[in-house]
Amino acid sequence: MNLTKIDWNIMDKVADLHNVPTGAVNIRLNGQAAIRRSTPNVCVTNSPETGGLVVEFRAGVQGEIAHVPVVLSEPGLKDAVHNTFIVGEGADATLIAGCGIHSGCHQESRHDGLHEIIVKKGGRLRYIEKHYGEGEEDSPRVLNPTAKIIIEENAHAELEMVQIEGVNSTKRVTEAQIAAKGSIKITERLLTTGKQEAFSEISIFMQGSDSNAQILSRGVAQDQSRQIFQAALVGQDECNGHLECDAIIMDQAYIQSIPEIRAEDARAVLTHEAAIGKIAGEQLLKLMSLGISESEAIEMIIQGFLR
Amino acid sequence: MLELRNIGLTMNDENGHPKEILKKIDLKLEPGKLYGITGPNGGGKTSLAKVIMGIYPQTTGEIFLNGQNISALTVDERAKLGISYAFQQPPRFKGLTVEDILTIAAGKKEPRAIRKKLREVGLCPEDYLDRNLGTELSGGEIKRIEMAQILLRNSQVTILDEPEAGVDLWTVQKLSNLFMWGYRNQPDKITLLISHHEKMLPICDEMIVINQGEVQKRGSTQDVWNLMKDELFSKNREQCQGEVGV
Ligand SMILES: Nc1ncnc2c1ncn2[C@@H]1O[C@H](COP(=O)(O)OP(=O)(O)OP(=O)(O)O)[C@@H](O)[C@H]1O
Ligand SMILES: [Mg+2]
Repeated sequence: MNLTKIDWNIMDKVADLHNVPTGAVNIRLNGQAAIRRSTPNVCVTNSPETGGLVVEFRAGVQGEIAHVPVVLSEPGLKDAVHNTFIVGEGADATLIAGCGIHSGCHQESRHDGLHEIIVKKGGRLRYIEKHYGEGEEDSPRVLNPTAKIIIEENAHAELEMVQIEGVNSTKRVTEAQIAAKGSIKITERLLTTGKQEAFSEISIFMQGSDSNAQILSRGVAQDQSRQIFQAALVGQDECNGHLECDAIIMDQAYIQSIPEIRAEDARAVLTHEAAIGKIAGEQLLKLMSLGISESEAIEMIIQGFLR
Repeated sequence: MLELRNIGLTMNDENGHPKEILKKIDLKLEPGKLYGITGPNGGGKTSLAKVIMGIYPQTTGEIFLNGQNISALTVDERAKLGISYAFQQPPRFKGLTVEDILTIAAGKKEPRAIRKKLREVGLCPEDYLDRNLGTELSGGEIKRIEMAQILLRNSQVTILDEPEAGVDLWTVQKLSNLFMWGYRNQPDKITLLISHHEKMLPICDEMIVINQGEVQKRGSTQDVWNLMKDELFSKNREQCQGEVGV
């Protein structure tokens, strides 16, 4: 299966890819694996049980990168996947996921993804997932990813989830369990415009002693868009957790932020900060006094905030 | 020439009551001069600077730059015409870096200029360009970065609002030298240096005292300096002591 110019443009937006990357890869195009490659260190296959994609980084491998982008460019497609990503014991891995949709023909395009992520003892994962949409006004683009994450003893994961453009509706559910001495850091950045709606729910259970979790969420809602962010940090042993959600609201947008911290053990230390506000007038005036227009100043502030 | 005619500014205080902050200010400021602006806290110096920059719209009066009426221009339009203002308390930005803001200030100038100006205010570019303008910089560092922006802009009209505030003694001397070389005896430039500092005011050609929203004194630096010490501050002290007994 060949990728068209439109497909490559999407690949660029979601994974910074301009050609087929070296190393392990699975490019899913319109519901099928268009390009798939394993390497001696990273195995890319299908699961006999779920039928979905399995990417496994072998134990102990270092600095391996795998790309698993999803592209939907066929109008009206409803795609659903069940992926499993495994980082073997002591391995150090980077996984570049991401999903982009080009919609058209007055039809909804939609991708529902279930990702099971397992980082085994002493492993390290950096996971990057970008969402992007483009196409016709009357052809909505819908993305609903669910991630179930298991962080074993002494393992670490850093997840970066970004949605900057063109997704009309998204419901994201992220759930993680952290074992002893394990840690997770989730960064979420979200820009909604027009009538877009975004809902994100994150729950992290710190189950092992000396586990650690950090959630950082930055959102900008413009026009009549709506964002709901709900995050819970649950401490079930001696652990440390911090939750931060910060949002800029503009125009007639709506933002709801629901941070929750819950301690089920007296040794849990949990903190949270949440803020919603408009861009400070003083900031705009400062940038304008350096010779840029008000709209350029707004653009700069938003881009910086979401960087 | 920068000319302020009958500038008045009234704004609401926290309780929503109108307060006259500037009253009938008339000033003609000539190119080639470095003006020192001083006066008691709350006198209206920053407000006057913000009116010139267009940050506060004046309630009455007009402003002319080189004969052009700029009273209705926006902040960015005035910036493009050649007015710069270094904030007394520069706002902080989550996410923007020192390099970002200096790049805006530099406009079309070469990136090399950015590093040069940072060094001039005593900051090492390697250590500072990537730093976040959020909360990770100290007050003095933020002020120095503000100065670097203003030096980069190199405008016809420059207003420096207490550039020494929060800055260490060594850097105050450095800034004072910088202003002396950069803004004194520059035939086209009009510079207003708002300050209370004995290292800053003596480098000015002329002094203007703003008190209770009015120009209270204007004259040579030496004359005003002497008057200020004797008259102005002792009077303020009396007023205050008078109220203590009530
Ligand atoms: N945005 C504002 N809204 C209402 N009142 C203001 C505003 N800005 C300044 N003021 C008031 O105007 C008066 C003059 O303030 P301004 O900041 O101009 O004084 P200043 O001379 O710069 O003082 P300082 O030496 O402390 O910097 C003060 O009484 C202040 O409370
Ligand atoms: Mg002031």
